Amino acid sequence: MPLLEVKNLQVRVDEREILHGLSLTVNKGEVHAIMGPNGSGKSTLSHVIAGKPGYEVTGGEILFEGEDLLEMSPDARAAKGVFLAFQYPVEIPGVATMTFLRTALNAQRKARGQSEFSTPDFLKKVREVAARLNIPQDMLRRGVNVGFSGGEKKRNEILQMALFEPSLCILDEMDSGLDIDALRIAADGVNALRSPDRAIVVITHYQRLLNYIVPDFVHVMSRGRVVKSGDKQLALDLEASGYAQFEDAA
Amino acid sequence: MMNVALAKAEPERALSDVFTVARDRLPGDGKVGEFRRQALESYERMGLPHRRIEDWKYTDLRVLMREVLPPAVEPDAAALKHGAAALKLHAIAGVRRLVLVDGVLAPKLSETANLEQGLRIRTLREVLEGADAALQAELLAPDISNPMVALNGAMMADGVIIDVADGASLSQPLHIVHIAGGARPAAMFTRSLLKLGSNASATLVESYIAGEGAKAYQVHDSLIVSIGDGARLDHVRLVEDSREAFNISSSLVTLGAKAHFNTFGLTSGPNVSRYQAVIAFAGEGSQVHANGVNLLNGRQHADSTLLLDHAVPNCQSREIFRSVVDDRGHSVFQGRIIVRPDAQKTDAKMMTRALLLSDEAEADNKPELEIFADDVTCGHGATTGALDESLLFYLRARGLSEKEAQALLIQAFVGEAIESIASDALRDLVISAARRWLGARG
Repeated sequence: MPLLEVKNLQVRVDEREILHGLSLTVNKGEVHAIMGPNGSGKSTLSHVIAGKPGYEVTGGEILFEGEDLLEMSPDARAAKGVFLAFQYPVEIPGVATMTFLRTALNAQRKARGQSEFSTPDFLKKVREVAARLNIPQDMLRRGVNVGFSGGEKKRNEILQMALFEPSLCILDEMDSGLDIDALRIAADGVNALRSPDRAIVVITHYQRLLNYIVPDFVHVMSRGRVVKSGDKQLALDLEASGYAQFEDAA
Repeated sequence: MMNVALAKAEPERALSDVFTVARDRLPGDGKVGEFRRQALESYERMGLPHRRIEDWKYTDLRVLMREVLPPAVEPDAAALKHGAAALKLHAIAGVRRLVLVDGVLAPKLSETANLEQGLRIRTLREVLEGADAALQAELLAPDISNPMVALNGAMMADGVIIDVADGASLSQPLHIVHIAGGARPAAMFTRSLLKLGSNASATLVESYIAGEGAKAYQVHDSLIVSIGDGARLDHVRLVEDSREAFNISSSLVTLGAKAHFNTFGLTSGPNVSRYQAVIAFAGEGSQVHANGVNLLNGRQHADSTLLLDHAVPNCQSREIFRSVVDDRGHSVFQGRIIVRPDAQKTDAKMMTRALLLSDEAEADNKPELEIFADDVTCGHGATTGALDESLLFYLRARGLSEKEAQALLIQAFVGEAIESIASDALRDLVISAARRWLGARG
């Protein structure tokens, strides 16, 4: 059974159809890249999978391990193993990062019927992951993303991904706003999470990121559909030829 | 018109009858008795305050409370037992407990013996019946032009009178616990006083709670505080009365020079509450932090009305107020800052924010700055809003349920008002009270 199956998905926002029958199948162990010009519907797809309010699904379905994902609340999806690394992670003043991480991890574990982490176990785990991602301890004591640089916010997303151990990771424009060093650290963090039990979907506008996170499959989106799929060579071809050809095709 | 007049007059008439009957049982005669008579007269002239009085425009007690209940009788064995049980649930470690059950000091539940050096504790009854005229005068000082202060003065039955000597630094916080123990709806009239000598320091916690079976009771309380030169008082109020109760409380605080007053109030319990505090600077170089949080749901109504009176130069005041209102709750914050002509170099700031969790929730905010000096820094700000949807979604996408996500954001929202509480233990106390409210939301 595929991990994620998006079948003929149609989605509207404010009466305007953004996705016009999108299909995508992702299996465990695979890394997929979704590329496409601005406005092609890449972020909409990631939001609908995560369960963000404000999107109306007018047709099609999304199955996660064979279950109807659209019927689940966002928190139920997270507990099932769906993780969206946000393009613009929000700042939450007054909620310490550590408190947030522990609350979220334990909420997911509780929903799965697992016991909550003890404080020492939790702290050990966070410190270990943070060290790997070059995240200083004082950042964990600050409010969630408050005063973080763009790179720090993205690293904080990857820290969560490493901590929650989801089976499906969707990275929405992870490279936006990152300089080359920050990008490398973030990409290393993602690569460390590649595993036969996990799928990673990288949404990006630029081929650059795919030099660091090398995909098994590349899909090109245009005007709310996947218009072409291939292997990593497709991304390199796109870099040379641009998206214009697909704009016409769509 | 006829009906309105009757509805208005009847409770008042009943009260004056009650007073006539109760007068012989109320402590104090001579000057005290005369004061009670004047206070009652003053109250009766005005009656329960209503919306046409500017200071009460959001809290119309004629509509919300309708009448003043007859005074509570001395607690019987059952009331004391319920009181003791309620006390256990709200016990704080390491404090000196002073417990009033149904408005009367309960000696067996209180720790009035083995006092540390520099601390003296008496009851209101004792002082009003005693011979200390100067102390009596302080107890009779609050302004009876405020109807609810007048009523409290006319009917006050007991309370705690605390003296902290010059230079004494109390190692143990004092905890005044107001418990409604009786099942019969009744009114408790209490007045307490805390005098901090110069360079003294103390911590005072006040809790308002209900014993099992106590429901639609009324608390009519007042607290008179004088903080000497160089003295410091940390003060926390936790108003966790029963959901049918009424709590009308007043504080009158005077600070000497180079004194500190750090006060915080959390109101989450009663059906209707009004807290009115007058904080007056009488000496230069003093500082006040006056913060508060209202956590309301159902049809709860909570009003915090604060007056900061900057009468002398070089004082600083900070007010941070947060209200979280769900369902059809109604939160009121009235913050008045007076900077009198002599009070140059005053630095006064007031910030209030309301978080509305439902479409029918209401929060009213009335800042009033009256500035008569020219070299001052004064400011106020107010916001009202709902929980940020993008933050809620972020938390839910990380596995928090809707209620958990809301609870985390609500705690963050009230956090800024709680931060300035001086000690970790007191802050934890407030945070657990807030968690009790969040937990009860389900």
